[in-house]
Amino acid sequence: MSRLSQVFADLQADKRRGLIPYVVAGDPSAEGTVPLMHSLVDAGADILELGVPFSDPMSEGPVIQKGHERALANGMSLHRVLSMVAEFRKDNDRTPIVMMGYTNPIERFGYEAFAAASAEAGVDGLITVDLPPEEVDTIDGALKDVGLDNIFLISPTTPEPRVQRIVERARGFIYYVAVKGVTGSGELDTDEVARNVALIREKTSLPIAVGFGIKNAASASAVAASADAVVVGSALIAEMEQKARSAEGLEEIQIHSAAVKLLQSIRVGVDSSPS
Amino acid sequence: MTSEVTPELFASVPDQDGRFGRFGGKFVAETLMSALADLEQLYARLKDDAAFQREFDEDLAHYVGRPSPLYEAARLSDAIGGARILLKREDLNHTGAHKVNNTIGQALLAKHMGKKRVIAETGAGQHGVASATVAARLGLECHVFMGEEDIRRQALNVYRMKLLGAQVVSVTSGSRTLKDAMNEAMRDWVTNVEDTFYIIGTVAGPHPYPMLVRDFQSVIGREARAQSLSQYGKLPDALVACVGGGSNAIGLFHPFLQDESVVMYGVEAGGKGLETGEHAAPLSVGSPGVLHGNRTYLMQDDNGQILETHSVSAGLDYPGVGPEHAWLKDIGRVQYVAANDDEALAAFHRLTRVEGIMPALETAHAMAHAEKLAASMSPEQHIVVNLSGRGDKDILTVADLDGIKV
Ligand SMILES: Cc1ncc(COP(=O)(O)O)c(C=O)c1O
Repeated sequence: MSRLSQVFADLQADKRRGLIPYVVAGDPSAEGTVPLMHSLVDAGADILELGVPFSDPMSEGPVIQKGHERALANGMSLHRVLSMVAEFRKDNDRTPIVMMGYTNPIERFGYEAFAAASAEAGVDGLITVDLPPEEVDTIDGALKDVGLDNIFLISPTTPEPRVQRIVERARGFIYYVAVKGVTGSGELDTDEVARNVALIREKTSLPIAVGFGIKNAASASAVAASADAVVVGSALIAEMEQKARSAEGLEEIQIHSAAVKLLQSIRVGVDSSPS
Repeated sequence: MTSEVTPELFASVPDQDGRFGRFGGKFVAETLMSALADLEQLYARLKDDAAFQREFDEDLAHYVGRPSPLYEAARLSDAIGGARILLKREDLNHTGAHKVNNTIGQALLAKHMGKKRVIAETGAGQHGVASATVAARLGLECHVFMGEEDIRRQALNVYRMKLLGAQVVSVTSGSRTLKDAMNEAMRDWVTNVEDTFYIIGTVAGPHPYPMLVRDFQSVIGREARAQSLSQYGKLPDALVACVGGGSNAIGLFHPFLQDESVVMYGVEAGGKGLETGEHAAPLSVGSPGVLHGNRTYLMQDDNGQILETHSVSAGLDYPGVGPEHAWLKDIGRVQYVAANDDEALAAFHRLTRVEGIMPALETAHAMAHAEKLAASMSPEQHIVVNLSGRGDKDILTVADLDGIKV
């Protein structure tokens, strides 16, 4: 069983909802990312989502954009993200890692070479924001060959027949984008989320994670009522940014602790969800 | 590319997935996919609709002032002593560039879709002005995204847009130029997709944009072809146009693609010289990749990060290019070359002094190559240059480069 299937099976057996933090690989520093990943797991993460820095992150709001810019300034590349995953795997062979990024760095790497290197490093899934089902054929075969899950997004604007076509191609889990907008934006409409998640559930038995617009324990708790897992990104990065700005010369671990604390409180929110 | 270059081939692109050979496509976030599908369906219906075409043609005639003249630059041609240079005068259009042909077309689509808000990205500000203009005319709310760096170097156009009632949004991410303005426009569109129409300013972006912008701009080539035949009794021997995203170039080239005798040159921004790396010439020295919704030639590093570009002209300062150009390059139908900043500046001054026509700095790149080309050809031969825009917006930049304080 893949790490992703195992985690979702365990969650279901325990009647728990999953928690998926997103951080940008290489932000705030390149050296700090692997320790941060371990800390997030200790704080209650079930799955890690690792942003692959790109010069033109078109679907990101300002908070995550800045994370990408900082990571690139720190010399990050797709190759280095994969080394981080391999490094993390030395101490953790259980927590699934999903990489989230854009098409061009992967295309440049070469689809087959990328799939092989990802599997070798210990990556479990891939979310490529600008690679809808219409364009995925170029990479999907290569990913399947090495047992990696290509994870599709479904949004509030996805019409029903299209949802059907997407779930037919999906593996791992479905990522439902809770707001029309970029990451970190918008007001969450939890009723709409619940309605749309229910519609997707009619068409697939794959687990459904919900992300974009989840900022704190309360919103995570509300979303966890209908989702199998919640994703939190911008809020964690904003918290670290604020901490870094609050005082001169902080140790990186102190900056991380801001994200860790928020994640812990969100964990409590998710676990107390009225599902 | 192995496929044979036949007339049918040019009419066959893009295919229904928006592909020009291996280029093009729809590489966007899921949230935008249904908006693109709606646009595709609407356009498929209106494209051959006589009433829609009439509306478009009438706007071009009475609001834009088409047809634009095909003017023989006699003194310039005499001075060079080679082929005759004919200028397709898009600078005489309302708002001063070819960009308005496209914004008229897309604004009609927005009207048919019932959208009340339009957004646009702009580099030189010409597309922003053309978008703000049609928005004012139709009473639409208009937001124009423009890189902070371009706002500085195109201050006159920024003020024009504001006078027209548009909100100009300063983009401070990345390189603060056209590519980043396009990122920001995409982000706005994802957020406001239900009430907003995105007027893309060139033949880039996801399908169906490269196709519909090409169709709207093809009026340039259709007129130039008919004018060549009626004024000179023959087709031109060569076509020259500058290439930023590639809309003025494709507009001129497309109606001639099946005329085998006509050779075509797309002129990219060579910046400080191709060998310096400081340029905006993805077709000349870039490699294929995916940006802004399509696969095309890009300026990128070994890790697939998009590189910053340099050009004296804001409208050419873009690391990608429309996918149809990428395909035309691969099949060898169009030659892509570069003119650098200094050559463009010299061509700007020459056309101004010899013909009394002040071209946009973008357009000056096409002129620089046309002069070289003319010198290598004979006086019976004709070159049509797309005079894509007028240079009023650039006079402060030119003064600055010449070390003159206005
Ligand atoms: C006068 C003029 N010519 C050319 C261009 C380049 O765009 P394109 O390559 O789409 O024609 C611009 C862009 O701003 C322009 O203003």
